[in-house]
Amino acid sequence: MSQTSIDPRSLRAPPKRPIKLSWSDERVRGIFWQVVVVGIVVSMVWWLWSNTVHNLEVRRIATGFGFLGREAGLPIAESLIDYNPTNSYLRALMVGLLNTLKVAVVGIILATVFGTLIGIARLSKNWVLRTLSATYVEVIRDLPLLLQLLFWYAILQGLPGPRQALHPAEGVFLSNRGLKLPWIQWEGAHSLALVAFLLGLVATIMYRRQALAKQIADGVPRAVWPVALVCLVALPLAAWAALGAPFTPDIPALRGFNFQGGLTLSPEYFALLAGLVMYTAGFIAEIVRAGIQAVPNGQREAAQALGLRPGAVLRLVVLPQALRVIVPPMTSQYLNITKNSSLAVAIGYQDIVSIANTTLNQTGQAIEGIAIIMLVYLTISLSISGFMNWYNARIALVER
Amino acid sequence: MSNTMEAVASAARADAPPAIMLDKVNKWYGAMHVLRDVSLNVALGERLVVCGPSGSGKSTLIRCINRLETHQEGSIKVDGIELSDDLRALDAIRREVGMVFQSFNLFPHLTILENCTLAPIWVRHMPKAEAEALAMQYLERVKIPEQAKKYPGQLSGGQQQRVAIARALCMKPKIMLFDEPTSALDPEMIKEVLEVMVSLAETGMTMVCVTHEMGFARQVADRVVFMDRGEIVEQGPPGEIFENPRTDRLKLFLSQILRGH
Repeated sequence: MSQTSIDPRSLRAPPKRPIKLSWSDERVRGIFWQVVVVGIVVSMVWWLWSNTVHNLEVRRIATGFGFLGREAGLPIAESLIDYNPTNSYLRALMVGLLNTLKVAVVGIILATVFGTLIGIARLSKNWVLRTLSATYVEVIRDLPLLLQLLFWYAILQGLPGPRQALHPAEGVFLSNRGLKLPWIQWEGAHSLALVAFLLGLVATIMYRRQALAKQIADGVPRAVWPVALVCLVALPLAAWAALGAPFTPDIPALRGFNFQGGLTLSPEYFALLAGLVMYTAGFIAEIVRAGIQAVPNGQREAAQALGLRPGAVLRLVVLPQALRVIVPPMTSQYLNITKNSSLAVAIGYQDIVSIANTTLNQTGQAIEGIAIIMLVYLTISLSISGFMNWYNARIALVER
Repeated sequence: MSNTMEAVASAARADAPPAIMLDKVNKWYGAMHVLRDVSLNVALGERLVVCGPSGSGKSTLIRCINRLETHQEGSIKVDGIELSDDLRALDAIRREVGMVFQSFNLFPHLTILENCTLAPIWVRHMPKAEAEALAMQYLERVKIPEQAKKYPGQLSGGQQQRVAIARALCMKPKIMLFDEPTSALDPEMIKEVLEVMVSLAETGMTMVCVTHEMGFARQVADRVVFMDRGEIVEQGPPGEIFENPRTDRLKLFLSQILRGH
């Protein structure tokens, strides 16, 4: 690339083509249509804006975000942070945002794992596995998501009440109030252990990368598992033990008409998560299958013939090529999960759309409410595509 | 060009055990019997050319030798190791046997140099600098060291196939398998690939080549094996096979090949 000498003829600048003012000139027509399109867009924006301002004046609605500080007075069934109806609208919307993220993040992780497994199963040599996964993909993709959410919700509503709850194991209850699981009383030591685990995970990944880089340099293979054991198990345990190793089990139990204690998965959250994950997994399965099939079998054979073991064939030859095909459409699926989570409204899960909707009904601040919803989805979606584009560029750089 | 080690190896050819031993090998694809009682010994340092009409089982045979295909009956021994379900034996054999494919199968996401150093680094645990020096040495031998930083897609077919040969040689195999290495190439590129193969043959490498290049067979082969419908029909020195074919099947095949050229 760099060693090619410069051809002296290429030093001459390309000739300039003068624009002829004629309707038959390609560039004149191009400029004309661009002016027309910009004109249409500007006039539509102006019309929307003036219309809105006029209507607000007629209805005497004050614009602005001052309402966010007022008391919300709206009850929210489940929240990741402390909340009660006397809190402000801003806090209520925060709860909604976190609920949306709770579905989107968990949904993206589960749909990726589940979809990848089904995609691999579709290529299996096992007839039963292959047929089952193919049927799954066809059925799930062909039914509207809203219908599937209502289906899951209806099934969960059909479960018995708390007093007749299904009780498959000690401390586990399944009823129309959701799934109750045993948990522990969360204390500072547990948070510290969790932080230690996450730091350990980062350290392990960094160590593994370094170990592979060193192996490339000097040829000596290095075991990663002892470091992983220390960082992922010993370190969190030590952090937990250092703060007195607190452990108080929190077992759910029936008190009156409902359960007290334990960890709750509400029917609304569960139905939304299950619906989103199963629906999106159908699409992800096809993406993964296409990605794997996009790598010709000759690539695998050539790697095997060189003596690479199956794990190395996958890591060094198949995955780098398959991921290039998989990542871009996968980004769209992650965005779909996030945006489709707004169907939560249909089954009464209080996500950002549901809470912003109630807010705009109560305050009449429709434009601000819609603006908040748009801003939230735009921020999440741009973050996801930003991250995925970065990842894609990183793996795509490997290819010319 | 010939290196002392290799010269010693070819001198010891006569008394060494066969590099490849096939004994009554049978293989089926479903109900189709693609290899029928194939028995064949290849001596260390021998250059064997396998020819035959398409569908005669010659590619399947060569792919059985490094177990890209599994045989169902009979035994195959490579470098004294029996091919079986034993994974350690498989690892050992694949390290000693290099293979060149009809469709090159270079890794498109790696540079030419990285294609050549991948296996030495991850299979032989060779330090990167050493692997790169070795790769450059073989890229020079196939006459394309200046392409080392390019990607396979930037090279012509003939250049890609020469890289594929260098890539296999970087594992320092005892045996090289060629599965129709020139069938996907234009005539002028066939020449450059055959030149590399001839120079490789001159070093005393044990080679099994599936090819229809009669000129190559005459020039370097110690023995030509003619296969048809899954069995070995005739074998012998190239002169004998091409000048005095004994069976009608070989006569028919040779007349078709000659008409095609």
